[in-house]
Amino acid sequence: MKSSIASQTFSHEEIRRYSRHLIMPEVGMAGQERLKEARVLLIGAGGLGSPLGLYLAAAGVGNLGLVDFDVVDESNLQRQVLYSTHDVGRSKLEAAKERLLGVNPHIDIRTYETRLASANALELFEDYDIIVDGTDNFPTRYLVNDACVLLGKPNVYGSIFRFDGQVTLFDARTGPCYRCLYPTPPPPGLVPSCAEGGVLGVLAGLVGTIQAIEAIKLIVGIGESLQGRLLLIDGLRMQFQELRLRKDPNCPVCGKKPSITQLIDYEEFCGLAPNKNTIRDQTWEITPFQLKERLNSGERIQLLDVREPQEWEICRIDGATLIPLGDLPSHLQKLDSTTPIVVYCKVGVRSGQAAKLLQAAGFSKTQNLIGGIDAWATEIDPTLPTY
Amino acid sequence: MPSTLLIPAPLRLYTGGHEKLTLSGETVGELLQKLATQFPLLRTHLFDERGEIRSFINVYLNQEDIRYLNRQQTLVEEGDQIRIVPSVAGG
Repeated sequence: MKSSIASQTFSHEEIRRYSRHLIMPEVGMAGQERLKEARVLLIGAGGLGSPLGLYLAAAGVGNLGLVDFDVVDESNLQRQVLYSTHDVGRSKLEAAKERLLGVNPHIDIRTYETRLASANALELFEDYDIIVDGTDNFPTRYLVNDACVLLGKPNVYGSIFRFDGQVTLFDARTGPCYRCLYPTPPPPGLVPSCAEGGVLGVLAGLVGTIQAIEAIKLIVGIGESLQGRLLLIDGLRMQFQELRLRKDPNCPVCGKKPSITQLIDYEEFCGLAPNKNTIRDQTWEITPFQLKERLNSGERIQLLDVREPQEWEICRIDGATLIPLGDLPSHLQKLDSTTPIVVYCKVGVRSGQAAKLLQAAGFSKTQNLIGGIDAWATEIDPTLPTY
Repeated sequence: MPSTLLIPAPLRLYTGGHEKLTLSGETVGELLQKLATQFPLLRTHLFDERGEIRSFINVYLNQEDIRYLNRQQTLVEEGDQIRIVPSVAGG
């Protein structure tokens, strides 16, 4: 007997696999075929990239590209659910590909083990219908945006910090882009990163899965997208807030008269280019080794820790006093302006701000510990844990 | 007129952990100035050298971006929510 409606696209095995999609009116065979034909590029295989990769692979997105160049680190495992403990030290993309093909062997996975840059972004994006931004830094976010605008591709955007998330869909052909929302990035150090401020692991899962839903709706052509709406997620209060996003007619990349018509140097744009604007005043800074020598010589130094109390609980340098950065302006009377001060934080960014503030307040003998307690633990005192 | 200012997580470091503040003022700019006076470390995060709101910070009056209202001169009414939304890169 001849089967009446044999699928051209799917094997019986695939039909069983996708059955919960196929019986939904919003997806059905046509929608699942669109998913199979779709080409989605994930920028970053980390906190957001993990749920994105797992759910898009499971959903049957036929062509998944992954861009990352990192190796799996122990501190990733709290949120990057693509990886297992035994993957620590392994290339993320190698581990990710293995895991995703384990989830769904019927899809094609391409890995690009490279740093996304102005030189390769356009060529890489060219082959994909949808770009999903799950990176962890400003230069890459602006690069992803500009490349998407120049190529006319949708950018499924998500970002996270502590318990807070921001999600939207940018598509400059029909609505705003990332630069319409944030024309320029913050100067380095002004907005703390997840490495400095922390992030709830599950929040990455929540935001990444919302991005995955947006990508799937876009592919299948159903529902109402987040375009024109910035979804703010507050996981601590479990509140979801929507803000209106508008296309900025003066946007430098998607506006009426764009000044950016090709990709630029994004490290420089974000103030991170080496040897530019980063000429360091040696007298303001001290290396862990120099500090150790001065302490050993018996010199009186006020060691000031400007991290948060919860970081102080993890580790501290002997003899230090804790005054979190936010409390510093109102606690200056605790410090002595005649004795040298060495200020530290985790990696040296917040303490750099503190050192500036103290210098301006008349504490001229203030120095910033380069690399923070992280560098101190690595170079001087390995009994301290790093975090 | 008292309005509520909502401080996002990345900036709470500079407000002594405060998430929500009730301040009185006629305009969004006046409220932000009061906030920056109360928490001096926050000032450099909110305003540039010319007193303009920094471009990586968006300020929303209820659901609307004040750039599409009357910027810092936007009038506030009792019970309005002013939300500071900074760009965040984490992923």
